[in-house]
Amino acid sequence: MLILECPYCGVHAEETELHGGGEAHLKRFGPGSSDDDFHDYLFMRENPRGVHLERWRHVNGCGKWFHAARCTQTLEVFATYSAQTTEPPQEVKDKISAKRPGWSWREFKG
Amino acid sequence: MSTRLAKQGRLIDRSKQVEFSFNGTKLKGFAGDTLASALLANDQMLVGRSFKYHRPRGLVASGSEEPNALVGLGVGDRFEPNQRATTTELFSGLSAVSQNHWPSLNYDIGELNSKFFSRFLTAGFYYKMFIHPRPLWKHVYEPFIRQSAGLGKAPNKELKDADTYEHFYFFADVLVIGGGVAGLQAAKTAAASGAKVLLLEEKSYWGGRTPVDGGTIEGLEAEAWVEKTLNELNAMDNVTIRNRTMASGVYDHGYVLGYERLTDHAPGQGGPRHRLWRIRASQVVTATGAIERPLSFAGNDVPGVMLAASMRDYLVNWGVTPGKKVVVATNNDDAYRTAIALHEAGVEIVRLVDARESGGGELADKARELGIRVECGRAIAKVKDGKRVTKVAICAQNGEGGAREEIEADAVAMSGGWSPVVHLWSHCGGKLIWDEAQAHFRPDPERAPTSHDGNAFVVTAGSASGPLSLSAVMADAAAAGAKAAEAAGRPAQSVAAVETSEVSEAPMEAVWFMPAKADIQLRMKTWLDYQNDVKVSDVQLAAREGYESVEHTKRYTTLGMATDQGKLSNINGLAVLADSLGAEIPQVGTTTFRPPYHPISMGAIGGEARGEIFQPLRKTPMYEWHDKNGADWEPVGHWRRPFTYLRPGESKHDAVNREVKNTRENLGLLDASTLGKLIVKGPDAGKFLDMLYTNMMSTLKPGKCRYGLMCSENGFLSDDGVVARIDDDTWLCHTTTGGADRIHAHMEEWLQTEWWDWKVYVANVTEQLAQVAVVGPNARKVLEKLNAQAGGGMDLSKEALGFMEWKDGEIGGFKARAYRISFSGELSYEIAVAASEGQAFWDALMEAGKEFGVMPYGTECLHILRAEKGFIMIGDETDGTVIPQDLGLHWALSKKKEDYIGKRAQQRSYMDNPERWQLVGLETVDGSVLPDGAYAVGQGVNANGQKNTIGRVTSTYYSANLDRGIAMGLVKHGPKRMGEVIDFPGLDGKIYKAKIVDPVFYDKEGEKQNV
Amino acid sequence: MSNAVSVLNGASFSGLVKVADSGLGGMITLRGDHASATLQAVVKSVTGAEVPAIRKITFGAAGAVAWMTPDELLLLVDYAEVDAVVAKLSEALAGEHHLAVNVSDARACFSVEGEAASEVIAKVAPVDLAPGKFVAGDFRRTRFSQIAAAFWLDEAGVYHVVCFRSVGEYMFNLLKTAAHPQSKVGVYA
Repeated sequence: MLILECPYCGVHAEETELHGGGEAHLKRFGPGSSDDDFHDYLFMRENPRGVHLERWRHVNGCGKWFHAARCTQTLEVFATYSAQTTEPPQEVKDKISAKRPGWSWREFKG
Repeated sequence: MSTRLAKQGRLIDRSKQVEFSFNGTKLKGFAGDTLASALLANDQMLVGRSFKYHRPRGLVASGSEEPNALVGLGVGDRFEPNQRATTTELFSGLSAVSQNHWPSLNYDIGELNSKFFSRFLTAGFYYKMFIHPRPLWKHVYEPFIRQSAGLGKAPNKELKDADTYEHFYFFADVLVIGGGVAGLQAAKTAAASGAKVLLLEEKSYWGGRTPVDGGTIEGLEAEAWVEKTLNELNAMDNVTIRNRTMASGVYDHGYVLGYERLTDHAPGQGGPRHRLWRIRASQVVTATGAIERPLSFAGNDVPGVMLAASMRDYLVNWGVTPGKKVVVATNNDDAYRTAIALHEAGVEIVRLVDARESGGGELADKARELGIRVECGRAIAKVKDGKRVTKVAICAQNGEGGAREEIEADAVAMSGGWSPVVHLWSHCGGKLIWDEAQAHFRPDPERAPTSHDGNAFVVTAGSASGPLSLSAVMADAAAAGAKAAEAAGRPAQSVAAVETSEVSEAPMEAVWFMPAKADIQLRMKTWLDYQNDVKVSDVQLAAREGYESVEHTKRYTTLGMATDQGKLSNINGLAVLADSLGAEIPQVGTTTFRPPYHPISMGAIGGEARGEIFQPLRKTPMYEWHDKNGADWEPVGHWRRPFTYLRPGESKHDAVNREVKNTRENLGLLDASTLGKLIVKGPDAGKFLDMLYTNMMSTLKPGKCRYGLMCSENGFLSDDGVVARIDDDTWLCHTTTGGADRIHAHMEEWLQTEWWDWKVYVANVTEQLAQVAVVGPNARKVLEKLNAQAGGGMDLSKEALGFMEWKDGEIGGFKARAYRISFSGELSYEIAVAASEGQAFWDALMEAGKEFGVMPYGTECLHILRAEKGFIMIGDETDGTVIPQDLGLHWALSKKKEDYIGKRAQQRSYMDNPERWQLVGLETVDGSVLPDGAYAVGQGVNANGQKNTIGRVTSTYYSANLDRGIAMGLVKHGPKRMGEVIDFPGLDGKIYKAKIVDPVFYDKEGEKQNV
Repeated sequence: MSNAVSVLNGASFSGLVKVADSGLGGMITLRGDHASATLQAVVKSVTGAEVPAIRKITFGAAGAVAWMTPDELLLLVDYAEVDAVVAKLSEALAGEHHLAVNVSDARACFSVEGEAASEVIAKVAPVDLAPGKFVAGDFRRTRFSQIAAAFWLDEAGVYHVVCFRSVGEYMFNLLKTAAHPQSKVGVYA
């Protein structure tokens, strides 16, 4: 059972306090977008073995959404960070790179 | 025969006799006995029947690895099957029954059956024998298998477990699992660093098996050292100690479950029976010891054949010997200890066969000195079948089992070497390496389970790491304790070497078959997995049939499955498989060890969640009143809402009809407190709500209400409700009963993760307010009466509070907010008051309403009233695949807005398709009620030969106002087919014919609500 | 108003610890910028307490203030004063993006008092309550078995637990069960 540190309230929350919210950094496509872009936005998701960026909500806690950079294979957590960003901050990328040199995820790389 | 000796038994108190029963027979034991030791003391060699073949089985082991002695324990509401006799502490009045036999343990019909059927019951027997012909499966094979297979009986389903259970969350720097000398040493070392240490031991007693095996630690006999160390640990503030608590599983990020058995050894003392410790540890030390392996010889499952060290446990711990004439078979020195101990206790060792040509070391010399007949390079060819050991055939180890010498004996002690208990290490991904010298897999310290930070969080200690000698065990344990403390951020002081003394041992030699070239007749009688009845021949057959992967072989043969989890069978099975495949054991690898290490009770898993706190029920402030006034409860999410209010002698149907008519004709009250109420406030709140709702909310004027729809980004309807604009930058959004938390979360999600720069705050005030719908022609009258009684209040006239308006003020002296909204088509007010005053307000309405014919109404009446008006209900007309356009709600989709959540999806070709089923009203031709969920069928058949479906019923009711069935449904091209009659085949075989009509059945012009 | 009744109406239970319905208390959800001087000033003026640090609760002469999220506080004031306090907050913060709303009736509050209080709560909440880990003035939002809850510890060593009103009865029964007289764990007390 995972522990993630909520970047908003600082609690090292066990998984029962959390709610998984799927992939992070989705770019919304609305009216006017192409069918392909909209289809990919709605349905296409990363399913990596290794570095993954995802969203979580501290539902039984402060209620805030946040991001986590995590290894799906070892469950190592590289960092948790604010939900108010469209890409992982450099500091988070560096933390991932320190553990998984050469990583990439969608358009992001170490 | 097995019996209690006059001396020995360090764990029993001979002054305290304990009565218990086994299969109805009254027997006696002593305080400190396990059920297993007490059974042996009473010469109860036969304790159960095997899983497939119903062979007689006796005790093999003395601990939780015991595969055979599974019993039904307790009676009535405390009965529990599959309890191990070896881990059951004896108490006065204990009642146990053996399992898997019929009609009795001694005479079992299944045993005869299995002799007849045994050739069918080989590896993969389900797959091979019982597939064809098909009908035989149902009528012959399955009944036979059900009758003969399976272990214990399930408890009586009519009886509820009489005990209680609980959880406990605990956090530790270092968790030490196992209270043997290694665990104690590891805990002591870790604790010295100041780390917070939790030490768990599954048994009632401490010290593991070292007090039985001998040796000294720090100059003390093991037992004395254990006592001293325990006292030291108990005196430390940073150490918590629990016996009778098994760590059942190690999970991600240092999560460990501890299973504390509080009252199993003393039932009826009150309090919870089991406590499940939900432990989070920075570091875990597994000091889980090692398990002795059986030897694979024919008849190794006959009652009286026992692991050598377990036999020694019974002797030293409980003063019991399983036999008077014992044969010992071994491939290592440890079994000599058993021979020596039994001999010194006056038990005759009729033979000690050591498979090693070179024999043993110091212990062997001692055994010979004592006059024990030791034969090297010899083996057991076969133990004669029966309900107990009578004859043992001895042969050369390096042969096929010929030239046997048959000797009389009543028990056999066997030792095939030792395997570390790696289960807890492996649960969370710890890897193993093959140790050729000890012929076992042991944890590979380089490949430990890793935690959230990517660092190892499990370290093994003592014989769980591999070493077996006391000196190596203690050194390893001290190092493990220090390593764990340091990894937990508590560097230990330098670890002093632990001084020990012990007897040196000669190396063991791997023996996978006894004799080495045993013929098929012998192999077919040689058990690997006692619990699942897997023999050497089964694994060999699997290999011949092409099963190369150990995981496949496990499932094909059932080796190491179920509660056993390969404790005894694993290595021997792998060795046989490797041999059959011509591969090395490490290449074959091991199966996966899964939690729990040993079964834990379902009660412990559920914890306190039973009875009235099985799950949280959400109750409105008026819940008690409803309950006292005939409410027939309906679950709506976790809420309980009155479905209807039953009067004495009234049926549900009649009660609903009464409420439906009364609300239309007089006055109905609905507890609408469960409706979600979300306050949305801020400079960008209007913009935000325009994105959330399909229609325009930013243009709503303060004081006004508007019905709104919400969709998911997929375009599907997700919620609906009335939105009220409170002031310039504040809106109040009503959601469905089930939707409050979900929609609140939905709003927060968009605000926090997409539009975080928008200035909007949301607060969920659902439970702040009790809300009552006051509905019917007399609605205004009752409210005005309340105001008159209070000497004034808000003006509720048509002019002062028009339809779809709201205002704040006082009603009947209550601070209230009144909404002039209607989900029934009647004159209707929804009044919100503080939840704490909800009951008082409801009481006032009921009292004042008497003269106006007031009646409370429930959710079914609510549904019928809305269906009569053609109003949709989220969850009935919608199911997660329905878009507003399907329901003819185009009017609620803003054309002016560039964007709203779901808009783009609704433009996709599949959504924008005239072939989609659309909402219509349905009227049965004969006035009957359409079955709920029924499908309409049209022309032609689909690929499966079923009639093509063209629609389905989404809501269907009997309308007392119209005295006929009314329904809504989604029908292909529905709105264009008004007046057409279509067929709905019912599950009752009847074809219901219904006419497609407008969904508004009642007061089409909406005059009644607008008065 | 005399019509107002708290969810358990003053019920209490004595076992390992004393669990009691705290009765009606004033509670206000205040969303806004914790760093705002105006907000800090008005919070102080209505409660006498400072805006708390993360996961803390502060106490003043007229009430207490708990840290809920980086943009939300919970103000605890006298039940009868809530409307007046909300009005004061709204007035003072009129120039700032904020939300102040009365949630007094949306809640059920309990006190958990006694030597074994930490252990009783540790049976239902995944929080480390070992001595020194959770101290007076700490405030934690978490899960009590199957429901969301918040709790804090006061200077007198009494725990205060808050949950939604609709599940108040569940919470009371849950705490009662955890406080069964024969269920002492014995690690902290």
